[in-house]
Amino acid sequence: MTDQCTKCCDNVSILNMYPDKKKELEKYIDSLPLGSDSDRNRGFLIQSLHKAQGIFGYLPEEIQLFVAQKLKLHLSEVFGVISFYSYFTTVPVGKFKINVCTGTACFVKGADSIVGEFRRFLNIEMGETTKDMKFSLGGLRCVGACSLAPVVMVNDKVYGNVTPKKVPEILEECK
Amino acid sequence: MLKLRINGMPVTVEDNSTILQAARKLDIKIPTLCHMELDCFNLEHRIGSCRVCVVEVSGRRNLAPACCTPVEDNMEVRTHTLRAINARRTMLDLLLSNHPKDCLTCEKNLDCELQALAQEMGLHRIMYKGEQAKRKIDLANESIVRDMNKCIMCRRCETACNTIQTVGILSGVKRGFNSIVSTASEKPLAETKCTFCGQCVAACPVGALTEMNRTYDVWRALNDETKHVIVQTAPAVRVALGEEFGLEPGSISTGKMVTGLRMLGFDKVFDTDFAADLTIMEETTEFIQRLKENKNLPILTSCCPGWVKFFEHQFPDLLHIPSTAKSPQQMFGAMAKTYYAKKIGVEASEITVVSVMPCLAKKNEAARPEFARDGVRDVDIVISTRELANMLKEAGIQFNELRNSAFDNPMGESTGAGVIFGSTGGVLEAVLRTAADWVSGTEVKDIDFEDVRGLAGIKEATVNVAGTEIRVAIASGLGNARTLLEKIRRGESKYHAIEIMACPGGCLNGGGQPYIHGDTTILEKRRLALYDEDRSKTIRKSHENPYIQKIYREFLGEPGSHLAHELLHTHYTARKNE
Repeated sequence: MTDQCTKCCDNVSILNMYPDKKKELEKYIDSLPLGSDSDRNRGFLIQSLHKAQGIFGYLPEEIQLFVAQKLKLHLSEVFGVISFYSYFTTVPVGKFKINVCTGTACFVKGADSIVGEFRRFLNIEMGETTKDMKFSLGGLRCVGACSLAPVVMVNDKVYGNVTPKKVPEILEECK
Repeated sequence: MLKLRINGMPVTVEDNSTILQAARKLDIKIPTLCHMELDCFNLEHRIGSCRVCVVEVSGRRNLAPACCTPVEDNMEVRTHTLRAINARRTMLDLLLSNHPKDCLTCEKNLDCELQALAQEMGLHRIMYKGEQAKRKIDLANESIVRDMNKCIMCRRCETACNTIQTVGILSGVKRGFNSIVSTASEKPLAETKCTFCGQCVAACPVGALTEMNRTYDVWRALNDETKHVIVQTAPAVRVALGEEFGLEPGSISTGKMVTGLRMLGFDKVFDTDFAADLTIMEETTEFIQRLKENKNLPILTSCCPGWVKFFEHQFPDLLHIPSTAKSPQQMFGAMAKTYYAKKIGVEASEITVVSVMPCLAKKNEAARPEFARDGVRDVDIVISTRELANMLKEAGIQFNELRNSAFDNPMGESTGAGVIFGSTGGVLEAVLRTAADWVSGTEVKDIDFEDVRGLAGIKEATVNVAGTEIRVAIASGLGNARTLLEKIRRGESKYHAIEIMACPGGCLNGGGQPYIHGDTTILEKRRLALYDEDRSKTIRKSHENPYIQKIYREFLGEPGSHLAHELLHTHYTARKNE
């Protein structure tokens, strides 16, 4: 099982492949004051998913099911929450998550052309990841730095006053 | 107790009542859509999402949704001020703005609560032409069609699936315009642990969830000269079919139904009740055997395909306790394609068996791979009570004017024990009637086991069967079934036998029955009708059915014989719990 490739085999178990990561997630969920009552456990769902995505990078169905069973919730409900929040992703994302702010101020200051430049350089659409799993391109709403509009975030780093010309420089910095 | 006035009329209600409940006491009908109340199961779905029940409350700035606003003392409510009416119409305008307006061809035409509301409110034009969602329709199963383009997000199906049935495959997913009720990862139902019980279909106010309609396949079979087409009708159908033709709920229309089926062109009209008697023979034999050996107790009934699929997914560790007896539908199919085929001298492949069931899970059951021999299915086509009503209407048959007629033989004769299969508690009572005679070796006279009757979700009773104390339990609704199953899993069950039906109340409230639109008094009427039919029968114990005795004499041998096992028993498969 563990020797199978992750790209072409749907039935590969990510939890078995990374036992340390599984243990880390399990330890975290077990430390929560959960009960036998799903109504109570529901309150711990988002933070558990946050942790799980932090550990694994994304939330495939297997991990959704793992969290659901731990919290005694229905899988459908867990998926409902994941699909509601744009933060959560069910597909693997790149090492560098490039998010262009498309909030009002950034939009007015030309976020569109910056998105276009990233698309051209990376040859991917919004919401996609490059084949080498290095970059993911997405949009986000306001990050509260409107005076620096237009703003781009790469993982946790904020770039302000971005122009299309600065796009290759930003990509160059991602190593 | 709280006092309030609605439209100037005083009314007193209990604490924690809602404005909607108070209004009902005054016979004031406030329109509702997302609200669903199932009185006899103590369940109320009140999420206040549709806002068509808004009313004006003195002293409040905003309109209040009547379905989820608690009454306060001395409240002044007005239900049809211009402001309330305008707000309701706007709500409806918005709901219709992105709803496919294909009422003429919709499966729910004339049975749709949104359509009825638009009619009641006198909406005569489409106010807003909103964007239409284009979602794929899930047709990839035998039982249920999910067309989420018609969903109005009332989320009644979620309550049915998650709260009542505790199957839990449905949830609100995504957000904004894209939000919809769906399964995990938006998979088709066939890839989930859906039991196909159809309670979501019964709960859906619009055409988003409907049955997989097979009436055209029946028409085709009826018009195929090379086929001998026979039909079986489940017990709960006869006490509900009349509702589709405007008869009083609880009317028993067995005779009219048989006449109607003959007029449709079926070669023989048989009764699933006959196969129910056969089920009792096999199941009681198995029960007495286990009781003697004190092994694998409690025995669980296995007539309900929704329940069977539920335990296959959720309790795969307990697969050894349900009875191995097939459901009456499948026993009928197996007998029709062997015993009956031989009797009339035709090949099994030339016989088409059509079932009329109160149930959508029966459609899925009939298609299970194990219910076929040499590529010939035991049951070929399953239609619901509603679909049969459609066929009778399509054929222009004036149902209410029909004369009564009797089922054909040899598979049409049944006992009172077979009839009560249609209600929760009925199967177990039928088992007890036969077990009492067999264990005592006498003819027990007192055969009305009142303790196991009624619509309660879980019933328990201790029954004296020929000097032996038998502890029984009955659950209807899969949430109640889960409660009992978890008890068994923990080793806390003291029962000898448990009957389980997936739908609350049993088959009389099946997913294929005429829609009750929240009026649960209809269910009690159907239930009483079944017991009336039972009392009217001269023979009320399965083993006294002369045709059952004959089938064992001529064909099967003894109950539990090798041939009986081959044809009338089945096995269960552990399935994924996700």
